[in-house]
Amino acid sequence: MTQELNYLKETPSQTAGPYVHIGLAPGAAGFDLYKQELGWDIAGPNAKGERIRIEGIVIDGTGSPVKDVLLEAWQANADGNYAHPEGGGDVEQGFRGWGRVITDFETGEWGFNTIKPGSTQGRNVGTQAPHINLWIVARGINVGLNTRIYFDDEAEANAADPVLNLVEWERRRATLIAKRTERDGAVVYRFDVKLQGEDETVFFDI
Amino acid sequence: MPKPGEFYQRDREWHPPALTRDYKTSVSRSPQYSLISLQNSVSEITGPVFGHNDIDPLDKDLIYNYAQPGESAIGERIILHGRVLDENGRPVPKTLVEAWQANAGGRYRHKKDTYLAPIDPNFGGCGRTLTDENGYYYFRTVKPGAYPWRNWVNSWRPAHIHMSIFGTGFAQRLITQCYFEGDPLIHKCPIVNTIPDPEAINRLIAPLDLNATIPLDTIAYKFDIVLRGRRSTLFENRLEGN
Repeated sequence: MTQELNYLKETPSQTAGPYVHIGLAPGAAGFDLYKQELGWDIAGPNAKGERIRIEGIVIDGTGSPVKDVLLEAWQANADGNYAHPEGGGDVEQGFRGWGRVITDFETGEWGFNTIKPGSTQGRNVGTQAPHINLWIVARGINVGLNTRIYFDDEAEANAADPVLNLVEWERRRATLIAKRTERDGAVVYRFDVKLQGEDETVFFDI
Repeated sequence: MPKPGEFYQRDREWHPPALTRDYKTSVSRSPQYSLISLQNSVSEITGPVFGHNDIDPLDKDLIYNYAQPGESAIGERIILHGRVLDENGRPVPKTLVEAWQANAGGRYRHKKDTYLAPIDPNFGGCGRTLTDENGYYYFRTVKPGAYPWRNWVNSWRPAHIHMSIFGTGFAQRLITQCYFEGDPLIHKCPIVNTIPDPEAINRLIAPLDLNATIPLDTIAYKFDIVLRGRRSTLFENRLEGN
Protein backbone atom coordinates (compact mmCIF):
# COMPACT_ATOMS: atom_id res chain seq x y z
CA MET A 1 0.00 0.00 0.00
CA THR A 2 1.02 3.57 -0.56
CA GLN A 3 -0.34 6.84 0.67
CA GLU A 4 -3.37 8.01 -1.24
CA LEU A 5 -3.39 10.84 -3.71
CA ASN A 6 -6.46 12.70 -2.64
CA TYR A 7 -7.20 14.60 -5.83
CA LEU A 8 -10.84 14.83 -6.81
CA LYS A 9 -12.03 13.75 -10.24
CA GLU A 10 -13.62 16.28 -12.56
CA THR A 11 -17.39 16.06 -12.87
CA PRO A 12 -18.11 14.18 -16.10
CA SER A 13 -19.57 16.11 -19.01
CA GLN A 14 -23.01 15.52 -20.50
CA THR A 15 -24.48 16.91 -23.68
CA ALA A 16 -26.04 20.37 -23.54
CA GLY A 17 -29.06 18.87 -25.28
CA PRO A 18 -31.52 20.44 -27.70
CA TYR A 19 -32.86 22.98 -25.21
CA VAL A 20 -29.58 24.60 -24.19
CA HIS A 21 -31.07 27.97 -25.12
CA ILE A 22 -33.50 27.82 -22.21
CA GLY A 23 -30.62 27.96 -19.82
CA LEU A 24 -28.05 30.05 -21.61
CA ALA A 25 -30.07 32.24 -23.99
CA PRO A 26 -33.75 32.09 -22.95
CA GLY A 27 -34.68 34.88 -25.35
CA ALA A 28 -33.82 32.53 -28.21
CA ALA A 29 -35.98 29.81 -26.67
CA GLY A 30 -38.89 32.22 -26.91
CA PHE A 31 -39.20 33.87 -23.50
CA ASP A 32 -37.62 36.73 -21.60
CA LEU A 33 -36.81 35.84 -18.06
CA TYR A 34 -33.63 37.69 -17.18
CA LYS A 35 -33.26 41.44 -17.01
CA GLN A 36 -30.06 40.99 -18.98
CA GLU A 37 -28.79 37.99 -20.86
CA LEU A 38 -25.07 37.42 -20.77
CA GLY A 39 -22.61 37.32 -23.63
CA TRP A 40 -24.37 39.35 -26.31
CA ASP A 41 -21.82 42.18 -26.24
CA ILE A 42 -18.27 40.91 -26.48
CA ALA A 43 -16.20 44.03 -26.91
CA GLY A 44 -18.31 46.82 -25.39
CA PRO A 45 -18.48 50.40 -26.62
CA ASN A 46 -14.98 51.53 -25.65
CA ALA A 47 -12.82 48.85 -27.19
CA LYS A 48 -10.23 50.07 -29.64
CA GLY A 49 -9.25 48.08 -32.69
CA GLU A 50 -11.00 47.07 -35.86
CA ARG A 51 -14.72 46.32 -35.59
CA ILE A 52 -15.43 43.02 -37.29
CA ARG A 53 -18.18 40.48 -37.68
CA ILE A 54 -17.62 36.74 -37.81
CA GLU A 55 -20.21 34.49 -39.42
CA GLY A 56 -20.45 30.81 -40.06
CA ILE A 57 -22.38 27.62 -39.88
CA VAL A 58 -21.70 24.34 -38.11
CA ILE A 59 -22.04 21.32 -40.41
CA ASP A 60 -22.49 17.72 -39.29
CA GLY A 61 -21.16 14.54 -40.88
CA THR A 62 -24.11 14.29 -43.26
CA GLY A 63 -23.36 17.78 -44.61
CA SER A 64 -26.38 19.29 -42.86
CA PRO A 65 -26.34 22.45 -40.76
CA VAL A 66 -26.45 21.96 -37.00
CA LYS A 67 -29.31 24.28 -36.19
CA ASP A 68 -29.41 23.83 -32.41
CA VAL A 69 -25.74 24.52 -31.66
CA LEU A 70 -24.54 27.13 -29.16
CA LEU A 71 -21.07 28.62 -29.33
CA GLU A 72 -19.03 30.65 -26.88
CA ALA A 73 -16.19 32.90 -27.93
CA TRP A 74 -13.26 33.99 -25.76
CA GLN A 75 -10.75 36.54 -26.96
CA ALA A 76 -8.21 39.18 -26.06
CA ASN A 77 -8.60 42.89 -26.83
CA ALA A 78 -6.67 44.69 -29.55
CA ASP A 79 -3.63 44.90 -27.25
CA GLY A 80 -3.65 41.15 -26.73
CA ASN A 81 -4.90 41.34 -23.14
CA TYR A 82 -7.68 39.19 -21.71
CA ALA A 83 -10.26 40.57 -19.27
CA HIS A 84 -8.99 38.37 -16.47
CA PRO A 85 -6.58 38.82 -13.52
CA GLU A 86 -3.98 36.73 -15.38
CA GLY A 87 -4.87 38.18 -18.77
CA GLY A 88 -1.65 40.07 -19.46
CA GLY A 89 -2.74 43.66 -18.81
CA ASP A 90 -5.57 46.16 -18.70
CA VAL A 91 -8.56 46.12 -21.02
CA GLU A 92 -11.02 48.87 -21.89
CA GLN A 93 -13.98 49.57 -19.61
CA GLY A 94 -16.79 47.28 -20.76
CA PHE A 95 -14.56 44.85 -22.65
CA ARG A 96 -15.34 41.31 -21.50
CA GLY A 97 -14.00 39.36 -24.44
CA TRP A 98 -16.59 36.64 -24.03
CA GLY A 99 -19.65 36.02 -26.11
CA ARG A 100 -22.47 33.60 -26.51
CA VAL A 101 -23.59 32.88 -30.04
CA ILE A 102 -26.76 31.17 -31.15
CA THR A 103 -27.94 30.12 -34.58
CA ASP A 104 -30.91 30.96 -36.70
CA PHE A 105 -33.06 27.89 -35.96
CA GLU A 106 -34.19 27.72 -39.60
CA THR A 107 -30.81 27.91 -41.32
CA GLY A 108 -28.15 27.20 -38.69
CA GLU A 109 -26.31 30.42 -39.62
CA TRP A 110 -24.66 32.28 -36.76
CA GLY A 111 -22.68 35.47 -36.41
CA PHE A 112 -21.28 37.85 -33.83
CA ASN A 113 -19.81 41.34 -33.71
CA THR A 114 -16.58 42.05 -31.93
CA ILE A 115 -13.19 43.66 -32.41
CA LYS A 116 -10.24 41.93 -33.96
CA PRO A 117 -7.98 40.69 -31.17
CA GLY A 118 -4.28 41.46 -31.03
CA SER A 119 -1.45 38.98 -30.74
CA THR A 120 -1.21 37.38 -27.31
CA GLN A 121 1.69 36.06 -25.32
CA GLY A 122 2.76 32.50 -26.06
CA ARG A 123 2.84 29.77 -23.48
CA ASN A 124 6.25 30.68 -22.19
CA VAL A 125 8.00 32.72 -24.84
CA GLY A 126 7.02 34.23 -28.17
CA THR A 127 3.57 35.27 -29.30
CA GLN A 128 0.40 33.72 -30.59
CA ALA A 129 -1.21 35.08 -33.74
CA PRO A 130 -4.54 36.90 -33.23
CA HIS A 131 -7.20 34.32 -32.53
CA ILE A 132 -10.51 33.70 -30.81
CA ASN A 133 -11.13 30.56 -28.78
CA LEU A 134 -14.42 28.88 -29.61
CA TRP A 135 -16.36 26.36 -27.53
CA ILE A 136 -19.16 24.45 -29.21
CA VAL A 137 -21.99 22.57 -27.50
CA ALA A 138 -25.15 20.96 -28.84
CA ARG A 139 -27.35 17.91 -28.72
CA GLY A 140 -25.19 15.00 -29.79
CA ILE A 141 -21.94 16.60 -28.57
CA ASN A 142 -20.99 14.78 -25.38
CA VAL A 143 -18.11 17.04 -24.35
CA GLY A 144 -17.93 20.65 -25.56
CA LEU A 145 -15.60 21.02 -28.55
CA ASN A 146 -12.76 23.54 -28.46
CA THR A 147 -11.35 25.14 -31.56
CA ARG A 148 -9.78 28.47 -32.55
CA ILE A 149 -10.57 31.12 -35.12
CA TYR A 150 -7.53 32.67 -36.83
CA PHE A 151 -7.63 35.36 -39.55
CA ASP A 152 -6.51 34.97 -43.15
CA ASP A 153 -5.10 38.51 -43.32
CA GLU A 154 -2.53 37.58 -40.66
CA ALA A 155 -0.52 35.21 -42.83
CA GLU A 156 2.84 36.13 -41.33
CA ALA A 157 1.70 35.81 -37.72
CA ASN A 158 -0.20 32.61 -38.52
CA ALA A 159 2.92 31.06 -40.04
CA ALA A 160 4.74 31.60 -36.74
CA ASP A 161 1.86 30.63 -34.45
CA PRO A 162 2.79 27.83 -32.04
CA VAL A 163 -0.69 26.31 -31.98
CA LEU A 164 -1.24 26.28 -35.76
CA ASN A 165 2.20 24.74 -36.09
CA LEU A 166 1.20 22.01 -33.70
CA VAL A 167 -1.23 20.78 -36.36
CA GLU A 168 0.97 18.34 -38.23
CA TRP A 169 -1.12 18.30 -41.41
CA GLU A 170 -0.74 21.64 -43.13
CA ARG A 171 -3.97 21.33 -45.06
CA ARG A 172 -5.91 20.86 -41.84
CA ARG A 173 -4.60 24.19 -40.51
CA ALA A 174 -6.79 25.92 -43.09
CA THR A 175 -9.88 24.76 -41.15
CA LEU A 176 -8.89 27.20 -38.38
CA ILE A 177 -8.56 30.30 -40.55
CA ALA A 178 -11.48 32.65 -41.16
CA LYS A 179 -11.79 34.32 -44.57
CA ARG A 180 -12.05 38.07 -44.71
CA THR A 181 -14.69 39.70 -46.90
CA GLU A 182 -16.45 43.06 -46.96
CA ARG A 183 -20.17 43.68 -47.02
CA ASP A 184 -21.66 47.16 -47.20
CA GLY A 185 -18.36 48.60 -46.04
CA ALA A 186 -18.15 46.33 -42.98
CA VAL A 187 -15.56 43.62 -42.39
CA VAL A 188 -17.07 40.13 -42.22
CA TYR A 189 -15.05 36.98 -41.68
CA ARG A 190 -16.45 33.61 -42.68
CA PHE A 191 -15.71 30.65 -40.40
CA ASP A 192 -17.56 27.39 -41.04
CA VAL A 193 -17.09 24.48 -38.69
CA LYS A 194 -17.25 20.89 -39.90
CA LEU A 195 -17.81 18.44 -37.09
CA GLN A 196 -16.98 15.41 -39.19
CA GLY A 197 -16.00 14.24 -42.64
CA GLU A 198 -14.02 15.90 -45.39
CA ASP A 199 -12.15 18.96 -44.10
CA GLU A 200 -13.18 18.22 -40.54
CA THR A 201 -12.30 21.20 -38.36
CA VAL A 202 -9.34 20.81 -36.03
CA PHE A 203 -10.53 20.48 -32.44
CA PHE A 204 -8.27 20.76 -29.45
CA ASP A 205 -8.02 19.03 -26.11
CA ILE A 206 -7.10 22.15 -24.16
CA MET B 1 3.83 30.28 -2.59
CA PRO B 2 4.15 28.57 -6.00
CA LYS B 3 2.29 30.20 -8.85
CA PRO B 4 -0.61 28.32 -10.41
CA GLY B 5 0.22 26.90 -13.82
CA GLU B 6 -1.72 24.91 -16.40
CA PHE B 7 -4.84 22.93 -15.69
CA TYR B 8 -4.48 19.21 -15.17
CA GLN B 9 -5.13 17.32 -18.34
CA ARG B 10 -8.74 16.29 -18.80
CA ASP B 11 -9.23 12.54 -18.30
CA ARG B 12 -10.85 11.61 -21.59
CA GLU B 13 -11.52 8.05 -20.44
CA TRP B 14 -13.63 9.39 -17.59
CA HIS B 15 -15.70 11.71 -19.78
CA PRO B 16 -17.93 10.27 -22.49
CA PRO B 17 -16.23 9.75 -25.84
CA ALA B 18 -17.48 11.81 -28.79
CA LEU B 19 -18.94 8.83 -30.62
CA THR B 20 -21.53 6.90 -28.60
CA ARG B 21 -23.71 4.91 -30.99
CA ASP B 22 -26.59 4.27 -28.61
CA TYR B 23 -27.00 8.02 -28.28
CA LYS B 24 -27.81 8.29 -31.94
CA THR B 25 -27.42 12.02 -32.44
CA SER B 26 -23.73 11.74 -31.55
CA VAL B 27 -23.01 9.62 -34.61
CA SER B 28 -23.00 12.45 -37.16
CA ARG B 29 -21.88 15.11 -34.68
CA SER B 30 -18.70 13.47 -33.39
CA PRO B 31 -15.31 14.40 -34.84
CA GLN B 32 -13.51 11.42 -36.33
CA TYR B 33 -9.98 12.74 -36.01
CA SER B 34 -8.26 12.79 -32.65
CA LEU B 35 -8.39 16.00 -30.67
CA ILE B 36 -5.06 17.79 -30.81
CA SER B 37 -3.67 18.09 -27.32
CA LEU B 38 -2.75 21.65 -26.52
CA GLN B 39 -0.74 22.77 -23.54
CA ASN B 40 -2.54 25.69 -21.94
CA SER B 41 -1.58 29.19 -23.01
CA VAL B 42 -2.96 32.42 -21.59
CA SER B 43 -5.96 31.86 -23.88
CA GLU B 44 -7.00 28.73 -21.99
CA ILE B 45 -5.94 29.68 -18.46
CA THR B 46 -8.11 32.78 -18.55
CA GLY B 47 -11.88 32.94 -18.91
CA PRO B 48 -14.76 35.34 -18.39
CA VAL B 49 -15.24 36.93 -14.99
CA PHE B 50 -18.76 37.58 -13.70
CA GLY B 51 -20.02 39.71 -10.86
CA HIS B 52 -23.18 40.43 -8.92
CA ASN B 53 -24.05 43.19 -11.39
CA ASP B 54 -24.53 40.56 -14.06
CA ILE B 55 -27.34 38.72 -12.35
CA ASP B 56 -30.36 39.31 -10.13
CA PRO B 57 -30.81 37.62 -6.72
CA LEU B 58 -34.15 36.20 -7.89
CA ASP B 59 -32.47 34.42 -10.81
CA LYS B 60 -31.64 31.42 -8.60
CA ASP B 61 -35.25 30.88 -7.54
CA LEU B 62 -36.95 29.00 -10.38
CA ILE B 63 -40.17 28.63 -8.39
CA TYR B 64 -40.69 32.40 -8.50
CA ASN B 65 -38.42 33.87 -11.17
CA TYR B 66 -41.03 33.48 -13.91
CA ALA B 67 -44.18 33.36 -11.78
CA GLN B 68 -46.94 35.93 -11.75
CA PRO B 69 -47.13 37.97 -8.53
CA GLY B 70 -48.64 35.79 -5.80
CA GLU B 71 -48.24 32.59 -7.78
CA SER B 72 -45.54 29.93 -8.01
CA ALA B 73 -44.44 27.04 -10.17
CA ILE B 74 -46.26 23.71 -9.86
CA GLY B 75 -44.38 20.64 -8.71
CA GLU B 76 -42.34 19.08 -5.93
CA ARG B 77 -40.45 21.94 -4.31
CA ILE B 78 -36.74 21.24 -4.08
CA ILE B 79 -33.52 22.94 -3.10
CA LEU B 80 -30.55 21.93 -5.22
CA HIS B 81 -27.35 22.92 -3.50
CA GLY B 82 -23.69 22.04 -3.35
CA ARG B 83 -20.18 23.29 -3.81
CA VAL B 84 -18.03 23.92 -6.82
CA LEU B 85 -14.55 22.62 -6.09
CA ASP B 86 -11.47 22.02 -8.21
CA GLU B 87 -9.57 18.75 -8.42
CA ASN B 88 -7.25 19.98 -5.68
CA GLY B 89 -10.28 20.14 -3.39
CA ARG B 90 -10.26 23.95 -3.27
CA PRO B 91 -13.50 25.88 -3.56
CA VAL B 92 -14.11 27.84 -6.77
CA PRO B 93 -15.56 31.14 -5.53
CA LYS B 94 -17.66 33.65 -7.45
CA THR B 95 -18.11 31.45 -10.47
CA LEU B 96 -21.25 31.47 -12.56
CA VAL B 97 -23.51 28.42 -12.32
CA GLU B 98 -26.45 28.24 -14.71
CA ALA B 99 -29.24 25.67 -14.62
CA TRP B 100 -32.09 24.75 -16.94
CA GLN B 101 -34.73 22.07 -16.86
CA ALA B 102 -38.16 20.80 -17.88
CA ASN B 103 -41.14 21.57 -15.67
CA ALA B 104 -42.74 19.07 -13.27
CA GLY B 105 -44.59 17.46 -16.17
CA GLY B 106 -41.45 17.00 -18.25
CA ARG B 107 -42.11 19.87 -20.68
CA TYR B 108 -39.56 22.49 -21.62
CA ARG B 109 -40.51 26.07 -22.30
CA HIS B 110 -38.89 26.05 -25.74
CA LYS B 111 -40.22 26.72 -29.22
CA LYS B 112 -38.91 23.35 -30.28
CA ASP B 113 -40.47 21.22 -27.52
CA THR B 114 -43.85 19.83 -28.54
CA TYR B 115 -44.37 17.18 -25.84
CA LEU B 116 -48.04 16.96 -24.81
CA ALA B 117 -47.43 17.72 -21.12
CA PRO B 118 -48.60 21.28 -20.52
CA ILE B 119 -46.46 24.38 -20.11
CA ASP B 120 -46.66 25.75 -16.56
CA PRO B 121 -47.48 29.45 -16.97
CA ASN B 122 -45.51 30.21 -13.81
CA PHE B 123 -42.37 28.29 -14.66
CA GLY B 124 -39.63 29.43 -17.02
CA GLY B 125 -37.10 26.70 -16.37
CA CYS B 126 -33.81 28.50 -16.04
CA GLY B 127 -31.78 29.98 -13.22
CA ARG B 128 -28.30 31.24 -12.47
CA THR B 129 -26.21 32.17 -9.49
CA LEU B 130 -22.65 32.90 -8.43
CA THR B 131 -20.89 30.67 -5.94
CA ASP B 132 -19.95 32.35 -2.66
CA GLU B 133 -16.41 32.62 -1.28
CA ASN B 134 -16.59 28.95 -0.22
CA GLY B 135 -17.70 27.77 -3.65
CA TYR B 136 -21.24 27.18 -2.36
CA TYR B 137 -24.32 27.60 -4.56
CA TYR B 138 -28.03 26.86 -4.25
CA PHE B 139 -31.16 26.98 -6.34
CA ARG B 140 -34.82 26.61 -5.45
CA THR B 141 -36.91 24.92 -8.09
CA VAL B 142 -39.39 22.14 -8.74
CA LYS B 143 -38.26 18.62 -9.45
CA PRO B 144 -38.38 18.15 -13.22
CA GLY B 145 -40.46 15.37 -14.75
CA ALA B 146 -39.22 12.54 -16.94
CA TYR B 147 -40.07 12.88 -20.61
CA PRO B 148 -39.95 10.80 -23.79
CA TRP B 149 -37.49 11.54 -26.57
CA ARG B 150 -36.81 10.13 -29.98
CA ASN B 151 -33.79 7.93 -29.67
CA TRP B 152 -35.38 4.53 -29.61
CA VAL B 153 -39.18 4.60 -29.87
CA ASN B 154 -39.57 4.13 -26.13
CA SER B 155 -36.74 6.21 -24.69
CA TRP B 156 -37.35 8.32 -21.59
CA ARG B 157 -35.02 10.80 -20.04
CA PRO B 158 -34.63 10.50 -16.27
CA ALA B 159 -35.50 13.64 -14.33
CA HIS B 160 -32.51 15.94 -14.72
CA ILE B 161 -31.30 19.49 -14.42
CA HIS B 162 -28.75 20.78 -16.90
CA MET B 163 -25.85 22.64 -15.28
CA SER B 164 -23.34 24.99 -16.89
CA ILE B 165 -20.22 26.04 -14.95
CA PHE B 166 -17.38 28.38 -15.86
CA GLY B 167 -14.56 28.22 -13.31
CA THR B 168 -11.70 30.68 -13.71
CA GLY B 169 -10.30 29.53 -17.06
CA PHE B 170 -11.85 28.64 -20.40
CA ALA B 171 -10.24 25.20 -20.06
CA GLN B 172 -12.57 24.49 -17.12
CA ARG B 173 -15.75 25.23 -19.04
CA LEU B 174 -18.22 22.43 -18.39
CA ILE B 175 -21.81 21.47 -19.05
CA THR B 176 -23.28 18.46 -17.32
CA GLN B 177 -26.58 17.07 -16.04
CA CYS B 178 -27.71 16.40 -12.49
CA TYR B 179 -29.87 13.34 -11.85
CA PHE B 180 -31.79 12.39 -8.71
CA GLU B 181 -31.21 9.49 -6.35
CA GLY B 182 -33.57 6.59 -6.80
CA ASP B 183 -34.74 7.34 -10.34
CA PRO B 184 -35.11 3.97 -12.15
CA LEU B 185 -34.65 5.65 -15.55
CA ILE B 186 -31.06 6.75 -14.90
CA HIS B 187 -29.31 3.55 -15.84
CA LYS B 188 -31.56 2.96 -18.86
CA CYS B 189 -30.74 6.33 -20.42
CA PRO B 190 -28.47 6.32 -23.50
CA ILE B 191 -27.24 9.81 -22.65
CA VAL B 192 -26.28 8.80 -19.11
CA ASN B 193 -24.67 5.68 -20.55
CA THR B 194 -22.40 7.68 -22.84
CA ILE B 195 -20.23 7.79 -19.70
CA PRO B 196 -18.22 4.58 -19.65
CA ASP B 197 -17.31 4.38 -15.95
CA PRO B 198 -20.16 3.55 -13.50
CA GLU B 199 -18.30 5.48 -10.82
CA ALA B 200 -18.38 8.57 -13.03
CA ILE B 201 -22.12 8.14 -13.56
CA ASN B 202 -22.63 8.03 -9.80
CA ARG B 203 -21.01 11.43 -9.61
CA LEU B 204 -23.98 12.88 -11.50
CA ILE B 205 -26.64 11.50 -9.15
CA ALA B 206 -27.62 13.94 -6.43
CA PRO B 207 -28.53 12.29 -3.12
CA LEU B 208 -31.51 13.30 -1.05
CA ASP B 209 -30.17 15.66 1.63
CA LEU B 210 -32.58 15.72 4.55
CA ASN B 211 -30.30 18.02 6.51
CA ALA B 212 -30.76 20.73 3.91
CA THR B 213 -34.52 20.55 3.59
CA ILE B 214 -36.78 23.27 4.90
CA PRO B 215 -39.10 21.19 7.11
CA LEU B 216 -42.75 21.28 6.04
CA ASP B 217 -41.75 23.33 2.99
CA THR B 218 -39.04 22.14 0.57
CA ILE B 219 -37.05 18.94 0.10
CA ALA B 220 -33.35 19.06 -0.82
CA TYR B 221 -30.78 17.33 -3.00
CA LYS B 222 -27.03 17.89 -2.91
CA PHE B 223 -24.96 18.18 -6.07
CA ASP B 224 -21.27 18.95 -5.76
CA ILE B 225 -19.39 19.87 -8.92
CA VAL B 226 -15.66 19.41 -9.53
CA LEU B 227 -13.81 21.44 -12.15
CA ARG B 228 -10.28 20.83 -13.39
CA GLY B 229 -7.49 21.74 -10.99
CA ARG B 230 -4.29 23.60 -11.77
CA ARG B 231 -0.78 22.47 -11.21
CA SER B 232 1.63 24.58 -9.21
CA THR B 233 4.61 26.07 -11.01
CA LEU B 234 7.35 24.87 -8.67
CA PHE B 235 10.15 25.53 -11.11
CA GLU B 236 10.04 27.79 -14.13
CA ASN B 237 10.05 25.79 -17.32
CA ARG B 238 10.98 27.89 -20.33
CA LEU B 239 10.90 25.92 -23.51
CA GLU B 240 12.31 27.57 -26.61
CA GLY B 241 9.72 28.31 -29.24
CA ASN B 242 6.84 27.16 -27.13
